[in-house]
Amino acid sequence: MATKTKNNTLKLKFDTSWSYSPAPESKSAATIHKQYDLFIDGEWQKPTSKKYFDTINPGNEEKLSEVADAGTADVDKAVKAARRAYEKVWKKMPAKERAKYIFRIARMIQEKARELAIIESLDGGKPIRESRDFDVPTAANHFFYYAGWADKLEYAFPNRRTEPLGVAGQIIPWNFPLLMAAWKIAPAIATGNTVVLKPAETTPLTALKLAEILQESDLPPGVVNIITGAGATGAAIVNHPDINKIAFTGSTDVGKIIQRAIAGTNKKVTLELGGKAANIIFEDAPIDQAVEGVINGIYFNQGHVCCAGSRLYVQESVAKEVIRKLKDRIESLIVGDPLDKNTDIGAINSRQQLETIHKYLSIGKKEGAEMYESSCRLPGKGFYCRPTLFTNVAQSNRIAQEEIFGPVLAVLTFRTDDEVIEKANNSPYGLSAGVWTDKGSKIFNMTKRMRAGVVWANTFNKFDPSSPFGGYKESGFGREGGLHGLAPYLNLVN
Amino acid sequence: MAPARSLTVIPDFTLTARIDQVGAEERASRFTKRSIKKDAKMNGLKLVLNMIDLTTLEGKDTDGKVKQLCYKAMHPHDAVPGIPTVAAICVYPSMVKVAKKALEGSGIKVASVASAFPSGQAPRDIKIRDTKYAVSEGADEVDMVISRGKFHAGEYNFVFDEIAAIKEACGDARLKVILETGELGTLDKVRRASDIAMHAGADFIKTSTGKIQPAATMPVTLIMLEAIRDFYYKTGKMIGMKPAGGISKSKLALHYLVMVKEVLGEDWLNNHWFRFGASSLANDVLMQILKEKTGVYQSANYFSVD
Repeated sequence: MATKTKNNTLKLKFDTSWSYSPAPESKSAATIHKQYDLFIDGEWQKPTSKKYFDTINPGNEEKLSEVADAGTADVDKAVKAARRAYEKVWKKMPAKERAKYIFRIARMIQEKARELAIIESLDGGKPIRESRDFDVPTAANHFFYYAGWADKLEYAFPNRRTEPLGVAGQIIPWNFPLLMAAWKIAPAIATGNTVVLKPAETTPLTALKLAEILQESDLPPGVVNIITGAGATGAAIVNHPDINKIAFTGSTDVGKIIQRAIAGTNKKVTLELGGKAANIIFEDAPIDQAVEGVINGIYFNQGHVCCAGSRLYVQESVAKEVIRKLKDRIESLIVGDPLDKNTDIGAINSRQQLETIHKYLSIGKKEGAEMYESSCRLPGKGFYCRPTLFTNVAQSNRIAQEEIFGPVLAVLTFRTDDEVIEKANNSPYGLSAGVWTDKGSKIFNMTKRMRAGVVWANTFNKFDPSSPFGGYKESGFGREGGLHGLAPYLNLVN
Repeated sequence: MAPARSLTVIPDFTLTARIDQVGAEERASRFTKRSIKKDAKMNGLKLVLNMIDLTTLEGKDTDGKVKQLCYKAMHPHDAVPGIPTVAAICVYPSMVKVAKKALEGSGIKVASVASAFPSGQAPRDIKIRDTKYAVSEGADEVDMVISRGKFHAGEYNFVFDEIAAIKEACGDARLKVILETGELGTLDKVRRASDIAMHAGADFIKTSTGKIQPAATMPVTLIMLEAIRDFYYKTGKMIGMKPAGGISKSKLALHYLVMVKEVLGEDWLNNHWFRFGASSLANDVLMQILKEKTGVYQSANYFSVD
C-alpha cells in the first residue's frame, strides 16, 4: 500500500470507519425532584417570596427542576439557624464527635457517587467521565481529609489555642458545584464553624443532593444550611451582620464587590477568583506528554476552570511540532452528550457563558490571531463549543490577557527563560502555572520566579485535599485545602 | 515505492524525543476509559481477530502442530458464519515451508522469526543467513530481534547497521523489528530504539518476543505509536505496529484498538499496519463475538485449542 503523501499535506484521519457507539449513563439511576425548597435548620423550608426559578440541562436545554429563590428574610433565617447551631451544639461538641459526622458524610458521598455524578453532569454539562472520576471522588476525599484534622488542630498549630470563627457564609461557582461545596463545607465544620452555603444559580442540584445527605447523616440541624438563589441572595449573605466569615469562589469582578462590601466590618474573607494560567513548554520537554498536559489543562471541564492553562507559551524551536500535535489531539476529542461515557468535552454551562466565549472567538479573529477548531459535529440542541486554539497570538491580544472560561487556548511563543518568566507573570492574575521541561534545575528556577499560587511541573490540574490551593494578585487570597485551608476558619488565640 | 529513508537525514539517536513516564502512563490509561459497546464492540472484535498473528514459537513445534494452527487461522470458528480469518501465522524458520503450504490460497501471511530469535546473540552473518533461509522458504514477513546488549552499550550505529543489513536480506518480505521492550528498561529507550529501527528500514516495529516479561504494555505501545506518527510526519512513510505477548483478553485488545484509532487514525486500523502477536487472544475474541451474537457466554470447551 502506498502512503498518500504529497509535501506538507500529510494528515492523519481521526474520523475512522471504526467508531464508538453511544454509551450513555442511565438517567434513571438519579432522582431529581420537581421542586426544591431551602435547606434551613435541618429541614426543607419554603422561600418567603414563594418564588422559584428553573434549572436546566445545558446539554439539551430541557428543564430539570425548579429551586427556591431565597430572599433577605430567608438568608436571615438561615444565618439565625446557623448561629443557634453554633452556640448551642457545634461549638460545644467534642472535636472527635464532629469528626465522626464529617467522616459519615464522606462515606455517604461515596455510596451515592453514581447518582451525584449523573446529577452533576445533567445540571452542569460536564462529561460523566469527569464527574465520575474527578468531581465526586475528590469531593468525598475533602470530607475524609478534614474529618481527620477536626480533633488534631493542636498539631496543625503547635503551641497555639484555636477557636472557630462562628458562622461562615459561603458562595460557590458553577464549574465544580459539588466539589466546591466540599472544599468550603469540610474545613469550616471540621474547625467548629457553622455554614450558610449558596450554590450557583445554574448548578444548584448537587448541593441540594448534598443537603439530603446531610439530613440523612443526622448532622445537627443548622450546622450546614444550603440556600439557593442568584446574585441578590449572595449579596444578602455577604451583607448579613451576623456572619463572621465569607468564603467566595467565582469571578474577580464579584470578588471586588465583596471586598468593598465587607470593608470596615469584622468579617474575615477568602477569595478564590479568576485566572489566566501560563503553561510553558521548553524545547527540552517531553513533547507528547506536554501536549497531553496542555490539552487536559485547557479542555478539562470545557475550560470552565479558574486554573485552566489558557495561555500556552512554547519555545520557538519546537512551536511548529507542538502546534501540529495539538491540532491532531483536538481532532480525537469527543464533544457531545455529557452523559455519554466517551464524551471528552460536554456542554458549556449556560447560554450566557457560550455567548461570552463566542465574543472572545470573534475578538481573537479580529485581533489577527489564527483560529483553529476541531472539525467535530456539534449536537443540534444544547450549548456546545468546539475545542479551539489560536496561534499567532501576541501578549497584547485580549485573548491572551482576559479570562475566557471556555475551551479556547491562546498559543504564544518565546525564546529565552527570562523572556517567558516575564511574559508569564505579565498578567493581573496569578492562580496557577505549568512548566514542561526534562531538566530538574530549570523547574526549580521557574517555580521560584513564577508569581502563581500553584505551579505544576510536567503535569497539570492535579488536585489533592492535602495540597493548598489559592492565588496571587487578582486571583484572590487565602488558601483552601491542606493544613493551610484550616487557618481561614480559625482564630489563633495566645 | 522509493525508499523514503534515502531522502531523510539520519538523526543523532542520542537526541531522540524525551518521554515522561508518569505522563505516558496517564495517557495510556485514558484509552481504557473508552466505553466500547454494541456495534462498536462487534466490529472491534472482528477487527482484532483479523489483526492477530497466531503464534507458535516452541522448541517442541512440529509439522503437525503447525498444520493444525494453520487450519485454525483459516477457520477460527466455522460454526458461526461471517467470522474473519487471522492476519498471519508466526513460526520459526524451520516451520515456514509447512505453514506456507497449509495456508496456500488463503491470503493469510506467513511470518517467521529470524536473526537468532529470541536473544539475538549471534554474529551478523548467521543472522543474515537465518533471515535469508526464512525468506527462501517462503516467509512473507520476517520478525527480527535487535541486539539489546549493543543498544544498552550505546552502539546505536551497530544496531542500525544490523537492521539495515537484515532488511536487505529480506528482499520483498516485510521486516518487523522486535525491540524486546521488557529488556530496555525505560520509555526513553523504547522511543530511541523505535527511531533507530524505523530509520534503518523496519516496515513494522514490534514490542516483544513473548519470551521476556513484561511483554507488550499499553504505555510502551503508546510510545511506539507516537514514534510511528512522528516518523510519518517527518518522512511520509507509514510504519506498522505489532504489540506482542501479554494481550490475551478481548477487552485489553479493544483498548489497544482505541489507542491506534486515537493516535494514528484510520489508515492504521487494518492488518496491513497493525497486528497483535498472540496465541490465546483469538479464542477469547471468539468467545466475546459469540456472546454478542447469542447473549450468553459459552464455556472454553466450545472453542478449539489449536
